[in-house]
Amino acid sequence: MKDKMKLEFPAKSAYESFARVTVAAFISKLDPTIVEINEIKTAVSEAVTNSVIHGYEGEDGIIYIECELKGNNAKIVIADKGKGIENVQQAMTPLFTTNPDGERSGMGFTVMETFMDNVEVKSLPGIGTKITMYKTIGTIGEGAEGE
Amino acid sequence: MNFKIIRKKDKLYVSLEGELDHHNAGIVRENVDIEIKSGKVRELIFDFSELSFMDSSGIGIIMGRYKLMQACGGKVVIMGATDYIQKLMRLSGLENIIEIRKAI
Repeated sequence: MKDKMKLEFPAKSAYESFARVTVAAFISKLDPTIVEINEIKTAVSEAVTNSVIHGYEGEDGIIYIECELKGNNAKIVIADKGKGIENVQQAMTPLFTTNPDGERSGMGFTVMETFMDNVEVKSLPGIGTKITMYKTIGTIGEGAEGE
Repeated sequence: MNFKIIRKKDKLYVSLEGELDHHNAGIVRENVDIEIKSGKVRELIFDFSELSFMDSSGIGIIMGRYKLMQACGGKVVIMGATDYIQKLMRLSGLENIIEIRKAI
């Protein structure tokens, strides 16, 4: 049987913590370091926050998460059926934000790409957005800095 | 998440404990801004030594407060951030404009 789980929860900011903690708990089977757990939690938090703020723009909606483990590889899919992103490339540019008052840093996708090994974004305006992130656990790389 | 705000003369100390994300960023921002807008703060000091998690919402808070403090000739200092939170701040270039101290 596959190591796989699915979550569905309301697109409300109160569930951002639930989402990242649950994904981190599922991946703990791979025995990640504290740094790796923090990186995964942060990437999940960014994707879920994007769905809450931009996908559904604060309106009611559902966020879908699927997580699958194969060997020491974790695959995390975070999707919404919100308004979608018209220009994915622009959205992924560091510091790009649609929030003009400066309270959103525009670093969400940059953080996901930095903390995960690979990030794929598929989005269709009016249909929704799907972010697929991959991370190999237990590699000695730049993510594994000491204290 | 818990936070504590203490003003000592022209210094404002903001201590954050737990997890800072988009959900609780608003309440922190509102409370800090009330103090900044009183016009008496010259140095805003974030104490992150008890902050276990932060995402880019935290970067947004720091950037926004940096702009406010810059407008009134003040500065922002960050203390006690873990290595992982420091990495987040490096990513966004915050470490180039804000003083980062290891601990109090």
